[in-house]
Amino acid sequence: GSWKSSLSAFQILQTRRDYSLGVLPDGVDRNSEAFSRNSKAMDLLISDLQSHIEKVLGGGGPVAVKRNKSRNKLLPRERIDCLLDPGASFLELSQLAGHELYEESLPSAGIITGIGPVHGRLCMFVANDPTVKGGTYYPITVKKHLRAQEIANQCKLPCVYLVDSGGAFLPKQAEVFPDRENFGRIFYNQALMSAEGIPQIALVLGSCTAGGAYIPAMADESVMVKGNGTIFLAGPPLVKAATGEEVSAEDLGGASVHCKTSGVSDYFAQDELHGLALGRNIIKNLHMAARGLKSGLLNISSEYQEPLYDVKELRSIAPTDHKQQFDIRSVIARIVDGSEFDEFKKLYGTTLVTGFGRIFGQPVGIIGNNGILFNESALKGAHFIELCTQRSIPLVFLQNITGFMVGSRSEANGIAKSGAKMVMAVSCAKVPKVTIIVGGSFGAGNYAMCGRAYSPDFMYLWPNARISVMGGAQAAGVLAQIERGNKKKQGIEWDKEEEEKFKAKVVEAYEREGNSYYSTARLWDDGIIDPADTRKVIGLSISASMNRDPEETKYGVFRM
Amino acid sequence: IVRAFSASEQQRIEKILIANRGEIACRIMRTAKRLGIQTVAVYSDADRHSLHVKSADEAVHIGPPQARLSYLKASSIIDAAIRTGAQAIHPGYGFLSESAEFAQLCEDKGLTFIGPPASAIRDMGDKSASKRIMGAAGVPLVPGYHGKDQDIDLMKLEADKIGYPILIKPTHGGGGKGMRIVQSPDEFVESFLGAQREAAASFGVNTILLEKYITQPRHIEVQIFGDKHGKVLHLYERDCSVQRRHQKIIEEAPAPNVSNDFRTHLGQAAVSAAKAVGYHNAGTVEFIVDTVSGQFYFMEMNTRLQVEHPVTEMIVGQDLVEWQIRVASGEHLPISQSQVPLSGHAFEARIYAENVPKGFLPATGVLHHYHHVPVSPQAVRVETGVEQGDTVSMHYDPMIAKLVVWGENRAAALVKLKDCLSKFQVAGLPTNINFLLKLANHRAFQNGDVETHFIEHFKDDLFVDLSNSLLVDKVLGAARFSATLAAACLIEKENSLFRENLCGGDSIISIWYSSPPFRVHHCARHTVELEWENEYDSSGSKSLKLSTTYKPDGSYLIETEEESFPGLEVKVTCIGNHDFRVEADGVNMDVSLAVYSKDQTKHIDIWYGSHHHHFRQKTGLELSDEDETEHKPRFDKSSYPQGTVAAPMAGLVVKVVVKDGTKVEEGQPILVLEAMKMEHVVKAPSAGYVRGLHLAAGRQVSDGGILFSIKVCNSLCNTIDMSY
Repeated sequence: GSWKSSLSAFQILQTRRDYSLGVLPDGVDRNSEAFSRNSKAMDLLISDLQSHIEKVLGGGGPVAVKRNKSRNKLLPRERIDCLLDPGASFLELSQLAGHELYEESLPSAGIITGIGPVHGRLCMFVANDPTVKGGTYYPITVKKHLRAQEIANQCKLPCVYLVDSGGAFLPKQAEVFPDRENFGRIFYNQALMSAEGIPQIALVLGSCTAGGAYIPAMADESVMVKGNGTIFLAGPPLVKAATGEEVSAEDLGGASVHCKTSGVSDYFAQDELHGLALGRNIIKNLHMAARGLKSGLLNISSEYQEPLYDVKELRSIAPTDHKQQFDIRSVIARIVDGSEFDEFKKLYGTTLVTGFGRIFGQPVGIIGNNGILFNESALKGAHFIELCTQRSIPLVFLQNITGFMVGSRSEANGIAKSGAKMVMAVSCAKVPKVTIIVGGSFGAGNYAMCGRAYSPDFMYLWPNARISVMGGAQAAGVLAQIERGNKKKQGIEWDKEEEEKFKAKVVEAYEREGNSYYSTARLWDDGIIDPADTRKVIGLSISASMNRDPEETKYGVFRM
Repeated sequence: IVRAFSASEQQRIEKILIANRGEIACRIMRTAKRLGIQTVAVYSDADRHSLHVKSADEAVHIGPPQARLSYLKASSIIDAAIRTGAQAIHPGYGFLSESAEFAQLCEDKGLTFIGPPASAIRDMGDKSASKRIMGAAGVPLVPGYHGKDQDIDLMKLEADKIGYPILIKPTHGGGGKGMRIVQSPDEFVESFLGAQREAAASFGVNTILLEKYITQPRHIEVQIFGDKHGKVLHLYERDCSVQRRHQKIIEEAPAPNVSNDFRTHLGQAAVSAAKAVGYHNAGTVEFIVDTVSGQFYFMEMNTRLQVEHPVTEMIVGQDLVEWQIRVASGEHLPISQSQVPLSGHAFEARIYAENVPKGFLPATGVLHHYHHVPVSPQAVRVETGVEQGDTVSMHYDPMIAKLVVWGENRAAALVKLKDCLSKFQVAGLPTNINFLLKLANHRAFQNGDVETHFIEHFKDDLFVDLSNSLLVDKVLGAARFSATLAAACLIEKENSLFRENLCGGDSIISIWYSSPPFRVHHCARHTVELEWENEYDSSGSKSLKLSTTYKPDGSYLIETEEESFPGLEVKVTCIGNHDFRVEADGVNMDVSLAVYSKDQTKHIDIWYGSHHHHFRQKTGLELSDEDETEHKPRFDKSSYPQGTVAAPMAGLVVKVVVKDGTKVEEGQPILVLEAMKMEHVVKAPSAGYVRGLHLAAGRQVSDGGILFSIKVCNSLCNTIDMSY
């Protein structure tokens, strides 16, 4: 079960390409009213998204940015740009984490994370933004940092920490400090990843106080920048308060102290640019030739065709009204190489579309929703996942799902059993998994289609996406029924107006909490993406997740 | 159109040793090869891998880099010729070319010296003697005194006769050493004595001559050629007026703004001069022309092939080296004076490794990038002895190349000269190319209003006056624009190189290097910091930060930090290793870029239009990881005497348990410190007496500060203890 075995399969596929029956039709009527309505709606969503993005790209605002510059420091994204290979792409994650989460704004949760290549080796970058609350860790900052480490651990990506942080945000210490998935976990992860042979590299470009001091201290190798970089368990003010000692930050924990005397850091940098250059050198010298990337290389065809249809049209496909169905194949046609998609079990369980295609030459198995999941669709999904895990083919889930079919007939047919089969298959599949929510994601459908709880390697939302246990209206109906029952028991008559008010409240809450921003702010996903970037983002994500060696999948007990 | 040289009884030359190096050696070999004559090069240690060594059929090592021990060492060269069986020696120019002794030695050893007879060299070598001979032959001389009687009063009388301003110069030597211009009689004595002293120190001979000083002189020289049968021709004149540090940098032929009548007179005078010393082979008679009076006077004769001979070749359509070889073989000159053609106009620009703002000081270094213009035998010649990667060393002349162009007339040739200069790419060391361009572009030069003080006269135009802020801004603006183009080309080049080198065909990683690079919801940006070295101001370098935004259409938006300069949208297409087609602001242009590493720094040279700029890129890696700011630990316990107890941390003394002088046991508490919200008990490290304990509760102690010491208990300390 190595990547190699699937190579031959896809070589055959490739030779068949000339007469492939799998080329998807366009599937889009550009002159339809729906097309223009959807485009308009999506344009609005995207311009709204762009305005939020512009804000977070500005970091902590002009004043903080200017102050940062005056200290000869770059912004975190600029720092990453310096580390990346020339002209390399950067897959930034969860840009809108922390969005409207706290009373004060916390652009990108005060930490920039993402994946990009350095000397041809993909790395995970974790960069504090010192312009946002001094780079301190809010609860969501911790969550974002941990998520980056989780991905790095899963994909075996060397971690590069660009440290410039005041440590934990003290007013919220109760949510930052004590729990399992809190601040301490960062260092725990560093220790375990280092033990696994996943390089941990820290570049100390600013302050690195208290708990933050452990990031470089726990790193395999670290660089410190003269003048700007400081590492200490307690800064000068706290030292004065604690012991009365008066000492400058540089003398207490500057690059000179740590590179020459304490040995906390390994490389002395004259300035930030030098520090970043040293960082690139460290990665150059990792020499993990036998690991990662190479193992994933074998099943890639080096040449690929772009999709036949304009990827930008993905902006016009998804309806903002989730009751409206659309053929997921029109999305697939704009994601896969040459719009070629060889469908599996096309005529069976038709509400779930499954099949093989390639994205940037990389073979993938795609599972997309074309309606409610029935017994057959769930069984087909489970079968297809088994196929892909057998052949070590990464899976792409395109979610647009209101849920499993309900009702007596469905239950009697064992829909729960069928659903469980698919959930079992999704849970146990060890191949790289990428989930994109292109529409709704409701109920158990979210589970079967590899929602966040199923640890897809990466998960993204389109701006129109909605996630909740069920639709707002349905929830309001259910809750109203229960409420009416409760009131009846107490002998209270519920008038129509009050009931409507009650329902409206529920709908409003679902509306808010099911919104893509609500999700992405809380890191229920790895970011909202422009539908037009879908192919690119899936390609980069799969490329990153192929950095690890293939693993064999073992399933639990399938209820037959 | 070389007519048949009439054959002679002498044996033909089949192998020549070239007693020179660099471009002239290569130049001679080219003609020799064309004639089917084998060539032997000689080389010093410094030239082991030089082009002239590679170009020769054989090459002989003759010694260490110092010219005195190699190229000037006549015996080694003669040995090399004998060893290789060469029948003739071509001395080139410089080195032994004007050594009468060497010419004589060749003849004595039975080798043909491709040059004039030793006697002619000797006659023309002594400036006073040569002028005497010329005077006798009726060649006009600058009014002056060349007498042996060096009595100062007599000399002063002679000076008064000639009329001021007067030039005082030593009879021997050259290069302007000891020369003095005397404006009025009262300066005479002092200048005379000074010139004498300097001449004695420099040349060992303190004889002085006086000459009328010509305020606006032109330097015009005539190429002459004589055969061994008494025939002497002139091949018209060259104007070499434009000089710096008494060295020519742009020469042309024929001389501009000269009448045919004048030309004929000049030529005849030159032929007379040559005949007066029984000259044969190539020679040059230099004249000084007084632009005010239109008079010309004999200055000196160079008894060799000159550096600037190609401009003459271009206008007469002859190969002078071929003539040299044939004449040396005893052949007759192929044409008569009336048959010497005169066609069009030619320029030669000498490209030197030199530091123009530092007074044209010679520069040395590696030619990291060297792409000269394409040549065509009729119109563009590049005479060079170096290749990319070669070193211009301190041992020899820092000339990199001679650029020779020909046009139907002066204006056409000048257009070509400027075009070729702007496309002549040299990077890795400073050159005078930009300066030559400025010269060629100067209106006075365009008009042919040349004179030997040209550079001095127009220095305000030729050098950037740093106090002229308008001009400085213009220069800076051009540099900024260059930096913008350089940044764009650099990114384009580096990105594609990286893609190729790194991923080859691996698409899994190559998708990370797509163009433009992917970013989530924004455009990728890249900042380059270029340090512009202002070649007009050796002290000035300016840092330009350029931020590049990758646009979705593959173009780059390049912005500088200065708000007054709007961003520029640039689209780059790579068309070669160094060449790009760039569209900036709607204008398409060719751009060349050289990127190399020197002194651990990345250097970038850019050429476009008539511009060339040089930048250093700050990459961070050029910095050392050494910490120059000496960090000293604030305490070093090992330096304290034994038994000393230092504070383990900074803190507050809350309690002192024992008094100073008390005898204590090992581990006994002495005092209590409070730090980090904890009390810390400081104990005696060993048994003994507490000494130097002067602390009290409430005192702050610093980390590593001395608290007290313990004197180890023995009989001696017992007695000391008694004193407490």
